[in-house]
Amino acid sequence: MTRPLVEVRNLKMHFPVHAGILRRQVGAVKAVDGVSFDIVEGETLGLVGESGCGKSTCGRAVLRLYDITDGEIIVDGRAIGQESQMSLRTMRPTMQMVFQDPQASLNPRMTVGAIIGEPLSEHTRMSRAERIARVGELMDQVGLNRTFVNRYPHEFSGGQRQRIGIARALALNPKFIVCDEPIAALDVSIQAQVVNLLEELQGRLGLTYLFISHDLSMVRHIADRVAVMYLGKLVELAPRDALYDTPLHPYTEALLSAVPEPDPAKAGQKRDRIVLQGDVPSPANPPDGCNFSTRCPRVMEVCSRIDPEFREVQPGHWAACHLHDSIRPSGTTRRHTEATTMVEPNKESNP
Amino acid sequence: MPDGDTRNVLEVRGLRTVFETRRGEVHAVNSVSFEVKPGELLGVVGESGSGKSVTMMSLVGLLPSPPAEVREGKVLLDGEDLLQVTPARLRDIRGSDVGFIFQDPMTSLNPVFTVGFQIMEPVRRHMGLNKKQARARAIELLELVGIPGAAGRLSDYPHQFSGGMRQRVMIAIALACDPKVLIADEPTTALDVTIQAQILEIIEDLRSKLGMAIVWITHDLGVIAGIADRVAVMYGGQIVEHAEVFPLFNDPRHPYTRALLKTIPTVSGKRAAKLQVIEGQPPMLGAAPTACAFRDRCPLAFERCHAENPQRETVGPGHDVACFHPLAHTAKEGAA
Repeated sequence: MTRPLVEVRNLKMHFPVHAGILRRQVGAVKAVDGVSFDIVEGETLGLVGESGCGKSTCGRAVLRLYDITDGEIIVDGRAIGQESQMSLRTMRPTMQMVFQDPQASLNPRMTVGAIIGEPLSEHTRMSRAERIARVGELMDQVGLNRTFVNRYPHEFSGGQRQRIGIARALALNPKFIVCDEPIAALDVSIQAQVVNLLEELQGRLGLTYLFISHDLSMVRHIADRVAVMYLGKLVELAPRDALYDTPLHPYTEALLSAVPEPDPAKAGQKRDRIVLQGDVPSPANPPDGCNFSTRCPRVMEVCSRIDPEFREVQPGHWAACHLHDSIRPSGTTRRHTEATTMVEPNKESNP
Repeated sequence: MPDGDTRNVLEVRGLRTVFETRRGEVHAVNSVSFEVKPGELLGVVGESGSGKSVTMMSLVGLLPSPPAEVREGKVLLDGEDLLQVTPARLRDIRGSDVGFIFQDPMTSLNPVFTVGFQIMEPVRRHMGLNKKQARARAIELLELVGIPGAAGRLSDYPHQFSGGMRQRVMIAIALACDPKVLIADEPTTALDVTIQAQILEIIEDLRSKLGMAIVWITHDLGVIAGIADRVAVMYGGQIVEHAEVFPLFNDPRHPYTRALLKTIPTVSGKRAAKLQVIEGQPPMLGAAPTACAFRDRCPLAFERCHAENPQRETVGPGHDVACFHPLAHTAKEGAA
């Protein structure tokens, strides 16, 4: 069965910008600006992008940790886009979150037992004994020693703290977990441990993940499908192998080519890597047309005028790029579309 | 080491740094030795707490003392032992002969001074240029690191720059006095991959232009594979393996190096069904090591590893390993 557990349509999360003595709204930071995707039950959707692209905001908005500006969110058959925070409480056990920084997301004054048990006392009518039993069970599941139940977060290492965060997220038997950069704060040798744990739990409990990360190689490992975000919008969404082997969007291509490979032989060949010039524009003041048009190595005249539509270019492979418009807007752009010729990164002319 | 066509610009021998804490001594750097030649890039890889940053800070006396104390060793910069010179001489060397780039450009730039002032400061201090010359030099440096409109940006403050641009400013400051050695401590870790690619390109470019020696500290093996000539792998305050970049990646001999290479997924090539894991935690540093730091996580550990701390021994040309059980020479590990 491949029914979508999570459906997101045209999600917008704009944060108002106030200025002047009257604190009038003068604009908005369009952190998430019209994002749509589905997550099928039991799969992992990877959401990648650079810092500031809105991927974390997107993950939090999907769980309604914010009051969203616009759009529809359906989780497990229930439309939660416009529901009040109060009525959402009954939905919370279904959808949980694992945060980036296990240091900041665990209360230093609570014991591990209290942290993992808190959702149980909030959302269930378990007795104290049942709660203790469940906490022990959860600690086993994430590979924490049960005897540590009365210890405090600071007594644990980073990887173990992240296990506490995962146990807390699992406490209420959720179906859907948003993992927001769960491994970014961990050491390389510990990252693999946590990722393997997440995969193992998914297999055992049938979990569905939205895995947010800037680490493209780790996402390639864990995700079934991958969405790439740039400046508040999805630019590409495809099954994992399609995205990594044949990216359709120039941004995805540049992003992949920028990832340093732990192989000196490949690094040697990569001298022709695509180096994007400049920085990401401010989401408060995005460029006209395509958001990526200011840095795109294959930019065309149309790109700065018309925002490309996010559409299914190949079955299951979505992209928002004029290079894949079925009807070319004008003959002059045709030469840019030969997929293999990439504009050389300017090596001699530094801007 | 083998071809002695150029002498080492920086030579570190048996460096030992200890922190005196209330709970006893913490031996953060244990007999670390390495050397760099002009124009060469030495990568130093290790996880957090492996002692890589402390090593580099010990070289030029950047650690507060107490609690830190450099107990033993030699740090020879062009033959001059930096551990023996006066503090005043060390101040002359820092920022001129040895340039530093730190991880986080926001916290290492002073927010209340303009970028121009911060670039001009070392130039005026060390090279004795007057204000006008220093300004010209600052513009030249900003152009060198690829900051557009350099002259106009001298009066800007650090917060007016983006992360990547700030790191370029840091590089400009580090290069201000034509250092012989540039020490870069995780210079791209705080940056996005596309910005990291820009910075790596600048460093490559500057290295061929200016010919200084670079020591590049990182935990990212991918970055190291792309830029380093030689690599030293640190674990528990020691260098456990040291080799040229190709042998290190294709034929790692220390169990830690090999395991580390296997735990990291890649964006191309074969995708492993399950990630290889190094079980356990990196060691807590404490008293002087009396056994191999990796013994508790090592699949090959035997009695001797618990009783004695292995020293680095040569296993191939320019390749040495601190292990009693160096892994067999493999013909081809491939990209797996």
